[in-house]
Amino acid sequence: MLTTPKQLRKLGILGMNARNVELIAAKNPRRLFPLVDDKLKTKMVAERAGIAVPKLLAVVDQESQVRNLPTTLAEHSQFAIKPSKGSGGKGILVITNREGDVFLKASGEAISMTEIQRHASNTLSGLYSLGGRQDVAMIEALVQFDPIFEKYSYEGVPDIRVIVYMGYPIMAMLRLATHESDGKANLHQGAVGVGIDLASGRALRAVQHGRPISHHPDTKNILAAIEIPHWERLVPLAAACYDVTGLGYLGVDIVLDRNLGPQIIELNARPGLAIQVANGAGMLPRVQRVDKLKEKVSDATRRAEWSKQSFGLLPPTVSAQKIGVIDPPC
Amino acid sequence: MSAKIKVYIAAGLLFVIGLGLTLYKNIELGFPLLPGNQQPVWTIEAEVNFTAVGDPVLVSLALPLDPPDISILDQDFASPGYGFSEKTADFSRRGMWSKRSANGEQSVFYRLDVHEKLGKRLETQTPPVKSTFEVDFLEPLKTAANTLTEKVRAQSASPHTFTAQLLLELNAEAPDQNVRLLRRQISNEDEFATLLVKLLSSEGIAARVVRGLRLEDGRRRQQLTTAIEVYDEGDWQFFNIETGVTGIPERFMVWQRGGRSLLEVSGAKNSGVYFSIVENFRGSKDIALQDKQSVEAALIDFSIYSLPLAEQNAFKSILLVPIGALVVVVMRLLVGLKTSGTFMPILIALAFIQTSLVPGVLIFLLVVGTGLIIRSYLSKLNLLLVARISAVIIVVILIMASMSVLSIKLGIDKALTVTFFPMIILAWTIERMSILWEEDGPKEVLMQGGGSLLVATIAYLCMTNRIVEHLTFNFPELLLILLGVILLLGQYTGYRLSELRRFKPMVDQAREQQKQNADDTKTTP
Repeated sequence: MLTTPKQLRKLGILGMNARNVELIAAKNPRRLFPLVDDKLKTKMVAERAGIAVPKLLAVVDQESQVRNLPTTLAEHSQFAIKPSKGSGGKGILVITNREGDVFLKASGEAISMTEIQRHASNTLSGLYSLGGRQDVAMIEALVQFDPIFEKYSYEGVPDIRVIVYMGYPIMAMLRLATHESDGKANLHQGAVGVGIDLASGRALRAVQHGRPISHHPDTKNILAAIEIPHWERLVPLAAACYDVTGLGYLGVDIVLDRNLGPQIIELNARPGLAIQVANGAGMLPRVQRVDKLKEKVSDATRRAEWSKQSFGLLPPTVSAQKIGVIDPPC
Repeated sequence: MSAKIKVYIAAGLLFVIGLGLTLYKNIELGFPLLPGNQQPVWTIEAEVNFTAVGDPVLVSLALPLDPPDISILDQDFASPGYGFSEKTADFSRRGMWSKRSANGEQSVFYRLDVHEKLGKRLETQTPPVKSTFEVDFLEPLKTAANTLTEKVRAQSASPHTFTAQLLLELNAEAPDQNVRLLRRQISNEDEFATLLVKLLSSEGIAARVVRGLRLEDGRRRQQLTTAIEVYDEGDWQFFNIETGVTGIPERFMVWQRGGRSLLEVSGAKNSGVYFSIVENFRGSKDIALQDKQSVEAALIDFSIYSLPLAEQNAFKSILLVPIGALVVVVMRLLVGLKTSGTFMPILIALAFIQTSLVPGVLIFLLVVGTGLIIRSYLSKLNLLLVARISAVIIVVILIMASMSVLSIKLGIDKALTVTFFPMIILAWTIERMSILWEEDGPKEVLMQGGGSLLVATIAYLCMTNRIVEHLTFNFPELLLILLGVILLLGQYTGYRLSELRRFKPMVDQAREQQKQNADDTKTTP
């Protein structure tokens, strides 16, 4: 039922305590947190630095604006309402279509304007926010998801999480919503995590509830065949977020837009450890390799190249057969 | 790295100081490390409060007169600014505090340490002095009293049986007209006792009012209990005036026998006296050495014993909180248990101390469960956060109130302790769990709720451990060691127990893959 600390150390797995003390406390100065904890601020800073983010449609920061929501939303039929200081994907309402005053959620459920207003009002009072503090609600343009993931995601929004350590991307995973996770891309709620090779953008292996799987539980498609498009643009984009935030241990969440390519949707100063399970590898050896670097590289693209070469496992041409998640051909 | 060294240095210093002080107290001052082989010493504090108006103040308080079954180890009359004198006369002892001029809220204190002698409880055998009460009933009370005593006299044979019968009549559920008339004159225990003594005196039976204190640990703002003693066949017999039960009860210290009122204050108004009681355990040797030690140790020993009693009682539970905090730290950092609210389990554990474990858990589940049901209705009402939490708080209070009322009707008085649960914390717990339910499903609620209860239970078991209780109260300097341990735990970067399970599949797969690779290399050549 249990393994031993020795075994975990051998795999280089980063534990929660080590993450909190050695990465977050040591590499993420507290004063930099507000920038990433407040998505509105992140968006502003990222936009200024030329980093691709979904377009902001409106900000609701007072109850009076909640009443005005029908006017504000009059011209929009596809949007996402997010708490600016939300955590763990809580309080994100995605509207994919509307018919008059009836809105369709990503799950296909219909909700009314009143319910949207209630959601916004709850967001303002801090229901979804860290520590229950007062918050503002952001209304963002809905990302036009790249159809590449349609086969792999059930209901929800697939996103790519890249861990960036001191500016170097060290690990990546794709998170796919499932029926069980209720369209959310949170692994602990039952979403599928697909480890992504940093060099090629191709699937390494996939897990659900910490156990390896080969097919998406709802769409039944083979996960090992996934290859993320625009990978060569995506890795430097993630690396560039270090320069904007200064956070040494950073989780960068990226979605792919059909027309605009990779878009940063969220930065996280306390990224979790599930990515190791999805990749079947520990993060510690990679952290140590970055720590050993003497030269300081200010160019994000060059750092991304170094990461690809250092942590990539698959050359772009090798077929995915050897990886063990798909059945070998007869 | 330097931060790490700083923590080690700080923790080391804390260990040395904490351990040093503890050993000093143990070896030099003779405080025993273990609670075993100890006897209870009751520290009783009488606090007289009054409002002075600028005139000379004289406070006269009856003091216990060395009761035969209880030995007084130490007494303290210290009240800054007041002169003190003691007067012993007529088998009574009074302490007098005086001041030329005082203004505003004033308090004087009398504190004593007593030790119950083992063996049979003795009642004083001093023969009665001539009764000081003039029997002065006025009409129509006189007739009522006469009728009553005549009736009782007819049904009794001795002073003892007379008293017993008299109490039976006066406490009757359905009293006759005479008793009702007499009862209407009395509004408290004291007047009742006085009436009894009067009635008995009118029969020529020697009787006196007795005031005493029930010795119960952790009592604050107590009043004295009033009883009477009746002289029969060369023996004073103690009667509980409510139940008629005879004999001095266990753990009852007689404070005043006969004599005048308990407290007399001149030159001030709104006077009152309250008693606090703390039980502490000391080795028999320490009890013997009491006098010498308190003088010697007072300067060097910053023991909690030097605080006023009411504060000592408060500290008894406050000093247990760090133990709860340690449990939380260990469960979070070493075990990796999820709880709803970091320190909520400590507060729940403190409530468990009052309710005891099983009723506590049941009450907790009942309140939170009912709260969740009502909260799920509130979430449909579209309320703002602060209003909703406030509504939940009121709901929690209503649940508590109805639980108390229902339980008393059903005769389960244990459920009355529901009031010890911190209601704001309960309300927040309900709110958090309800959101968790909506977002992550009931499984997560069970996990976190169960985790919280488990941590609270472990904290409760640690906090109620007799040795832990003894050590925290008698050796508060051990807190420094606890602080050092928590500092060190704060630096712990190893794996949590839960992670050994969480990452197990990864280890298994890595092993499998290794095996497969080995097989591959074997087959390829």
